[in-house]
Amino acid sequence: MIRTLLSGDTPRSLPLALILGGILICLALAPFLFPGVRTVDTAARICIFIVLVASYDLLLGYGGIVSFAHTMFFGIGAYGVALASSHMGRGFDAIAVGAVTGALAAAALAFVIGLFSLRVRAIFFAMITLAVASAVAVLVSQLSGLTGGEDGLTFKTPRALGPAFKFGKEAFDGRLFGVKLNGKLLAYYFVFFGSFCLFLLMLRVVNSPFGRVLQAIRENDFRAESIGYRVVYYRVAATCLSAAIAALAGSLYAIWLRYVGPDTVLSMELMIDILLMVVIGGMGTLYGAVIGAVLFVMAQNYLQNLMGAAAELTSGLPVLPQLLNADRWLLWLGVLFILSVYFFPTGIVGRLRNTR
Amino acid sequence: MSSPILETHGLSVRFGGHVAVDAVTCAFRPGELTAIVGPNGAGKTTYFNLISGQIPCSEGQVTLRGSDISRATVSARTKAGIGRAFQLTNLFPGLSVLENLRLVVQARHGRGFNLWSMAIGHRDLTEEAEEILSRVRLLDQRDQVVSELSHGNQRKLEVALLIAQDPAVYMFDEPTAGMSVDEAPVVLDLIAELKQQKDRCILLVEHKMDVIRSLADRIIVLHNGALAADGAPAEVMASDVVQEAYMGRGLEGILNDD
Repeated sequence: MIRTLLSGDTPRSLPLALILGGILICLALAPFLFPGVRTVDTAARICIFIVLVASYDLLLGYGGIVSFAHTMFFGIGAYGVALASSHMGRGFDAIAVGAVTGALAAAALAFVIGLFSLRVRAIFFAMITLAVASAVAVLVSQLSGLTGGEDGLTFKTPRALGPAFKFGKEAFDGRLFGVKLNGKLLAYYFVFFGSFCLFLLMLRVVNSPFGRVLQAIRENDFRAESIGYRVVYYRVAATCLSAAIAALAGSLYAIWLRYVGPDTVLSMELMIDILLMVVIGGMGTLYGAVIGAVLFVMAQNYLQNLMGAAAELTSGLPVLPQLLNADRWLLWLGVLFILSVYFFPTGIVGRLRNTR
Repeated sequence: MSSPILETHGLSVRFGGHVAVDAVTCAFRPGELTAIVGPNGAGKTTYFNLISGQIPCSEGQVTLRGSDISRATVSARTKAGIGRAFQLTNLFPGLSVLENLRLVVQARHGRGFNLWSMAIGHRDLTEEAEEILSRVRLLDQRDQVVSELSHGNQRKLEVALLIAQDPAVYMFDEPTAGMSVDEAPVVLDLIAELKQQKDRCILLVEHKMDVIRSLADRIIVLHNGALAADGAPAEVMASDVVQEAYMGRGLEGILNDD
């Protein structure tokens, strides 16, 4: 049963299995285990980033294709939901229309980019995606009539996903284990199950015959062609699939935030974050995306607080409090990355799987 | 005589001013093993590349069972029945031995675009791959990652991949290069076994005279990209063209230099 759900791709390492299981339980029960606006927000971000990073890994780790347009696809999905919701009015139909249109548009754009550039050399694809992504980012901030420009769009999601919606008054008195039963809770579970299904879907794809061909292409594209696989078709298909899933992750993000803007869904910084998450977690394994996303989002959200506390604790000592000052959290984040890439060149998952 | 499987008509390729393969016209018939010989730089591997499509030809034609494939992509030629093993081992280094073979079998069955089923669920492919592994005596190494395999075993796997393609034309480019004396016979026996299939043809680039003597039905000699001689082994080795081309040293003298 579990094997089928995981498409036969078991963690193959006890520590890894325990960590993944722990993460799954924490995310599944996040609103109950860690009640609080900020913690639940972090958990939702982790869910979405797991999908986004995994879809990037499908391209980079399985297909060996470097793309800089992944945030663009993410943004297309997010703007799809935002535009549909603001023009069609709030409702699940608007979300569905926005998400599906976004995913299709992302796949279509990926198809065009892929067909033009992947025929030549995979490195061309990297350059073209960089150009297209920058162009789209500029376009979105300029077309303020449609996209709200730099300010972005704030929109309304269905009432059932908003904090004002209450349920379970009769049965549980509106609370379950002390947690308010409201639309925000439903929105979290919408994001959680959406991400969970997308992740399992990707796990299925990478362990399918198609996924094996992608691995073969990454290992040796010359020989893959020579044994009878038309490499460019497979690369284009992988690009489209990855773009569509990134767009769906973007849709979930928009639903969660009820806001989209160029900085939150289209920025180059986000693209670099995704790259780092893939590398830290481990390329070529979707579980790497899980670990990478969890570590990265946690560090982004809590490293500052942690350092602030550490600085206070060491306030009597020389130099240390200055080094640990909360304002220097980005420096330490950088140091952590360098160390993790240095010590785990195959990523954390690669490392865990090797120490069996 | 039966009609040829593979033919090249005036096949040429130029790199700038240099003619690497010069108007080679040759036909390969079923059941025949042709050894392609010539000094280094004579264009043997380039001739192979033109047939299997890695390099597009400048002029001429390659026909497989009468249909022109000279403009087809590498993968299309593979599907049509051209099978190529490489001189320098050219495998999927990060994948297991079994996975390498499964990929070939999967390609032949055209199941690469199956996104939903589990790859390991395709048991018929796995069984077929395992059957070939036992033929090349690599079954014990099936789960080993290819990059950790010994050189000799990598060469065997290279041959196994070609067998798994089940092509109409087998093209071997120095299949025993760098193999130890006790490993080479395994590969040579496999090639001899393939010769038993009378509806296929085998092209073999080889330097070792003893290998050519024991396996070849016919020898063609390439010299500066052009076809210098073509015929039965004994005949070719004694021919004037060859003696002249190699300035009196004879074919054997040249080949044994390597």
